[in-house]
Amino acid sequence: MSTTTQLTSSAAADQTPSTAAPRKVRRRGEKSPGASLATHGVLVVASLIALFPVAWLVFLSLGPDKDDYLHPGGILGKMTFDNYVFVLRETDFFDWLKSTLVVSLGTTVIGVMVAATTGYAVSRMRFPGYKKFMWVLLVTQMFPIAVLIVPMYQILSELQLIDSYLGLVLVYCSTAVPYCAWLLKGYFDTIPFEIDEAGRVDGLTPFGTFARLILPLAKPGLAVAAFYSFITAFGEVAFASTFMLSDTKYTFAVGLQSFVSEHDAQRQYMAATAVLIAVPVSVFFYLVQKNLVTGLTAGGTKG
Amino acid sequence: MTVVIDRATGKRRGERAPRTGPLTRLKHGYQKYWYAYAMIAPVAVVLGVLVIYPLVYGVYLSLTDADSLNSARTIGVNHIEATYQFIGLDNYADILWGDTAYDRFWSHFIWTIVWTAACVALHYCIGLGLALLLNQKIRGRTLYRLLLVLPWAVPTFVTVFGWRFMLADSGVINSALDALHLPAPLWLEDTFWQRFAAIMVNTWCGVPFMMVSLLGGLQSIDASLYEAAEMDGASAWQRFRYVTLPGLRSVSSTVVLLGVIWTFNQFAIIFLLFGNTAPDADILVTWAYHLGFGQQPRDFAQSAAYGILLLSILVVFTAVYRRWLNRNEPQPAI
Repeated sequence: MSTTTQLTSSAAADQTPSTAAPRKVRRRGEKSPGASLATHGVLVVASLIALFPVAWLVFLSLGPDKDDYLHPGGILGKMTFDNYVFVLRETDFFDWLKSTLVVSLGTTVIGVMVAATTGYAVSRMRFPGYKKFMWVLLVTQMFPIAVLIVPMYQILSELQLIDSYLGLVLVYCSTAVPYCAWLLKGYFDTIPFEIDEAGRVDGLTPFGTFARLILPLAKPGLAVAAFYSFITAFGEVAFASTFMLSDTKYTFAVGLQSFVSEHDAQRQYMAATAVLIAVPVSVFFYLVQKNLVTGLTAGGTKG
Repeated sequence: MTVVIDRATGKRRGERAPRTGPLTRLKHGYQKYWYAYAMIAPVAVVLGVLVIYPLVYGVYLSLTDADSLNSARTIGVNHIEATYQFIGLDNYADILWGDTAYDRFWSHFIWTIVWTAACVALHYCIGLGLALLLNQKIRGRTLYRLLLVLPWAVPTFVTVFGWRFMLADSGVINSALDALHLPAPLWLEDTFWQRFAAIMVNTWCGVPFMMVSLLGGLQSIDASLYEAAEMDGASAWQRFRYVTLPGLRSVSSTVVLLGVIWTFNQFAIIFLLFGNTAPDADILVTWAYHLGFGQQPRDFAQSAAYGILLLSILVVFTAVYRRWLNRNEPQPAI
């Protein structure tokens, strides 16, 4: 039995006692079959719970009748894509798509631009009031929508911005920008400030340093911030249901509710629409999800 | 005295020059920091216009008797001026100890606390458990991870509708319970079960975030610490208690704080699950929305007062939480 004493950080390799023990020694990181089975059991159950509601929605969207969700067994025999055809042809789906994209992309562009300058300022410059400012940013994160929704409604209606994309974009920026600024501060902190100094020595202004040196280096961080703003705007329900009045300007979050009125619930179309919305967003989410978490905890812990 | 060098300008800070007059100091401060202020100006403007001003306006509204009948509005071509009046702290007094204050405020308040505590505890414990399982070397780890993140990947407003189908009177959950000869509760009608369902759905939605964050935290713990602990004869529980938990401390404190704030303010799940049909299952946020926009006449003043109360609760909580976290830390964690 050879003794491998590789000191790797993964800790997979550990020394087995060289005084060859007669009983079988389990190496570190190796588990008994029972423990391994239990681990897999728990993970399989958890994965099923995570998967089931989504899978169920997809399954129901294939049933042609609005009460099929009560008799799921019947769907198997008559699966059809008719609901999808109906949603794409007969409803305001594409109008909703347009408003959702306008609002989400607007929030992303404005939000990231503003958050980047702020994040850079708080990352690099210890100006008086810096701590207080970070604290204010954190506090705005915890505003319940109930605090803002009534005053915002009144202000927007005075500015004639109710039922307009611009109004909703500005409202979403107020929720997305503080968080993105925190996140980008965390990212800018990881860029060594010798780079700034080099830029300064070569005669760039603080703004020049920011725009020509730091921003290109911070592209991954900016991407995460952009994604966060997009998702925030995309999934928001309360402001959108209150401020958007005409049904061609609904975002998806509001449009989806409109399938269920007091008198009639067109559940099969609702399920189909839900699936159509969820698929692209979820795929996109999987691509960037890892960065989102890294940025999030980094921004929070390196205060 | 430490000397800090300002990162952008390379100027030294911390060595105080002799005290000068206020005007000179202001001028120097301006010359030294004008670009910093210029860079945060956009966000300060946005926040000022979109957060601070509405907040001040909201405080003002909460001191009036504004509702949708006496606010300024335009009907057709006629513009009607606002006629609401300043009534001082009456709204707050009425909410906190007026007639039926228990039904209107305190019952929702207690439910909100229970809701927040239950949801965050479930999120954290389940998230930590799954993160620990996923942090091992096991077959199919990536697949499990992808599946478990699914509730986070799909937008909430989509999944909540999926849950509504499942929780409906003769939906799949009750059919399954029937088949097992268990009682089938009325998930969407009975208050207790509404609350139960709300916590269940929110737990389902919130666990992946905790799991992924904590998994990141676990992976950043130095493996040699575990080796050292094992050499010293620490049992699995002791390793968890004295290596894993302290190693997760900074991540945990952040995600728990975020979790509390998000859950306390969770609007979409309860609103979309029950709509306006379940006033008893409303937490304070959805209840305030209900007062302001879910009834006629819309009671803007009370809704604003609820909002301000909510914000005060959160600010107090966060301040206490920070102090508690930083109780023996020279360097504040958050």
